[in-house]
Amino acid sequence: MANTISSIPFSGTKEQEEQLKQAIAAHKDQQGALMPVLQEAQEIYGYLPIEVQKMVADGLGIPLEEVYGVATFYAQFTLNPKGKYKISVCLGTACYVKGSGDVYARLSEALGIKGGECTADGKFSLEACRCIGACGLAPVLTINDEVYGRLKPDDVDDILAKYADR
Amino acid sequence: MYRSHVLVCGGTGCTSSGSEQIIKTLEGELEKTGLQNEIKVIKTGCFGLCALGPIMIVYPEGAFYSMVKPEDIPEIVSEHLLKGRIVTRLLYQETVTEDTIKSLNHTDFYKKQKRVALKNCGVIDPENINEYIAYDGYQALGKVLTEMTPEQVIDTIKASGLRGRGGAGFPTGLKWSFAAKNDADQKYVCCNADEGDPGAFMDRSILEGDPNVLIEAMTIAGYAIGASQGYVYVRAEYPIAVKRLQIAIGEAREMGFLGKDIFGSGFDFDLDIRLGAGAFVCGEETALMTSIEGKRGEPRPRPPFPAEKGLFGKPSVLNNVETYANIPQIILNGPEWFSSMGTEKSKGTKVFALGGKINNTGLVEVPMGTTLRTIIEEIGGGIPGGKKFKAAQTGGPSGGCIPAEHMDIEIDYDNLLSIGSMMGSGGLIVMDEDTCMVDIAKFFLEFTVDESCGKCTPCRIGTKRMYEILDKISKGKATMQDIDRLEKLAHYIKDNALCGLGQTAPNPVLSTLHFFRDEYVAHIVEKRCPAGVCKDLLNFYIREDKCKGCTLCARNCPVGAISGNVKEPHIIDRSKCIKCGACIEKCKFGAIEKH
Repeated sequence: MANTISSIPFSGTKEQEEQLKQAIAAHKDQQGALMPVLQEAQEIYGYLPIEVQKMVADGLGIPLEEVYGVATFYAQFTLNPKGKYKISVCLGTACYVKGSGDVYARLSEALGIKGGECTADGKFSLEACRCIGACGLAPVLTINDEVYGRLKPDDVDDILAKYADR
Repeated sequence: MYRSHVLVCGGTGCTSSGSEQIIKTLEGELEKTGLQNEIKVIKTGCFGLCALGPIMIVYPEGAFYSMVKPEDIPEIVSEHLLKGRIVTRLLYQETVTEDTIKSLNHTDFYKKQKRVALKNCGVIDPENINEYIAYDGYQALGKVLTEMTPEQVIDTIKASGLRGRGGAGFPTGLKWSFAAKNDADQKYVCCNADEGDPGAFMDRSILEGDPNVLIEAMTIAGYAIGASQGYVYVRAEYPIAVKRLQIAIGEAREMGFLGKDIFGSGFDFDLDIRLGAGAFVCGEETALMTSIEGKRGEPRPRPPFPAEKGLFGKPSVLNNVETYANIPQIILNGPEWFSSMGTEKSKGTKVFALGGKINNTGLVEVPMGTTLRTIIEEIGGGIPGGKKFKAAQTGGPSGGCIPAEHMDIEIDYDNLLSIGSMMGSGGLIVMDEDTCMVDIAKFFLEFTVDESCGKCTPCRIGTKRMYEILDKISKGKATMQDIDRLEKLAHYIKDNALCGLGQTAPNPVLSTLHFFRDEYVAHIVEKRCPAGVCKDLLNFYIREDKCKGCTLCARNCPVGAISGNVKEPHIIDRSKCIKCGACIEKCKFGAIEKH
């Protein structure tokens, strides 16, 4: 999965930094604190730019390289900001045999971006995910917390149109 | 006292198809009609029949409403709940008989099932510990702590013949006895709820539908091996499961089922949740433990096995959710009860997640040894659209395919291994004649390439090379020698990779090569994809005899590759066509074909 370093300048606020410090303090003495802290950091900032990784490293007293190593190992962590609307297309086996690959390709074409990327206006980001467990609705995609199921490639335009004015 | 209970499925499948909205509408309607004190609405876990969601059952009648829409609710409330007239039109049609309704247990989907691990799913409110207790919950824990020694617990599990439900099928009692033998100041009990196998969702359903069973079983395991701390490693992608488990742990602590001096026995045990972060390799036991430690989830060589040096270097036991879900009932009903189900070497039941090209997608639990035919044709209701069964895939990216000629195989650990597949966690994806086996093998290899942690060379580079060869085959650019290379590489990776992920990664290729070699050959020699999937080998044609010249296809072609006059047969310009298939979807006359 594409996980290159973001070129978008970091714009964290004081409140966010305060929240992160609280999260670090809450987990500091716990064994294996790094993962839960990074998970909360991503909740706070939406992604894990190098600036945030540095704060986590300093706060937990862990070398930055180790923080970076963990942040780049897991698919859930992203070094890039996501779009306002995160589109995830399920490419789990059940969805795949029912044609989710075609839905994914059509979305990529319609948005002009590849998986792991974000549109220039920051509105949509596209990614593939592995099985959200709604196999009865295959093929499925999610946009933020909204689930769309039993899809055909042709449904893509109608779905995107729903977000046109939002 | 309520005169009627309405159970609405709150599992992920039904939630995705809108069951939250159903519950809200239902509660609003009940208030409007003043029935809120007579009728209780309960949000349960998964019923299993996900294809028909959202699902709702009304007791005492046992009326099973399927694919419920919010606009159906006023009618169900005013007719059924107020006046006692079941709305037959909205029932799951198989339960409708001439003068009465059939119990759910007598429908084709449920009658051959035997629910042990899923016993409480869809029956109780998972967010209320009292409902679990009312269904014998925590009785097994009480019995273990007050009447049994740790050795007796382990002997009971050994005698039951329970084997790990997560993949390889290692005997659970034996695993526990290894960890029990090793002395240490601290030991750990872990649960693998990082269900990464795409298409398997039984562990999630148990967590969502019956989280207390896991807490009870892990506490029993803690007592058996002498551990005072447990960790549940759950996928972060399962928000509903995480929330319900958190609620259940909180309630269990309050009730004294977790914490200090449980049941006054002097035994202490507590549980914490750790969230996974999307790495398939963390389903491997050593990788999972490394991940709980907050590091990159890379596996390490065994020995030392986790029973000796596991989490934080201490003796640890790891089982998956479904394995644990069997434990309390084995304790309560005795090992003989459990071992009376199943085959000689695989005891009990197994939950399968039925998906793909099958009518009744969902969760099914059957005794070990049930044939694939029974699962697919009877329980699963067959293949949609009258298509032909081609193969069932089990074991996900580590498993293989079971072709039509093996449909009567009795499914258990050993039989699946003998035909080159494996039980895995129980994903069972059905494929029909429109599924290309080369494409499926490529799909799984792409998955492993993506998920390989990169620590050992055979897996990191080997799977990538295998993927490249498969890609060549699917594009018609391979030679017959490539098949030999593919096979050689596959065996080499199997023998040399560090962990289970790499060692089993070639299975989808080896199994499809074994059963569907002719399809590989067709791609290579005839440059043809028999199932019509591999795009580079396809061409789209419009049949003159069927085309009515309605222009619909031409208007929908994204690249303007279709031309023709109104009411005259159209043609496709192959140099422009990107083979997206939009025209086939739109054509009302079936005039467009690909081959």
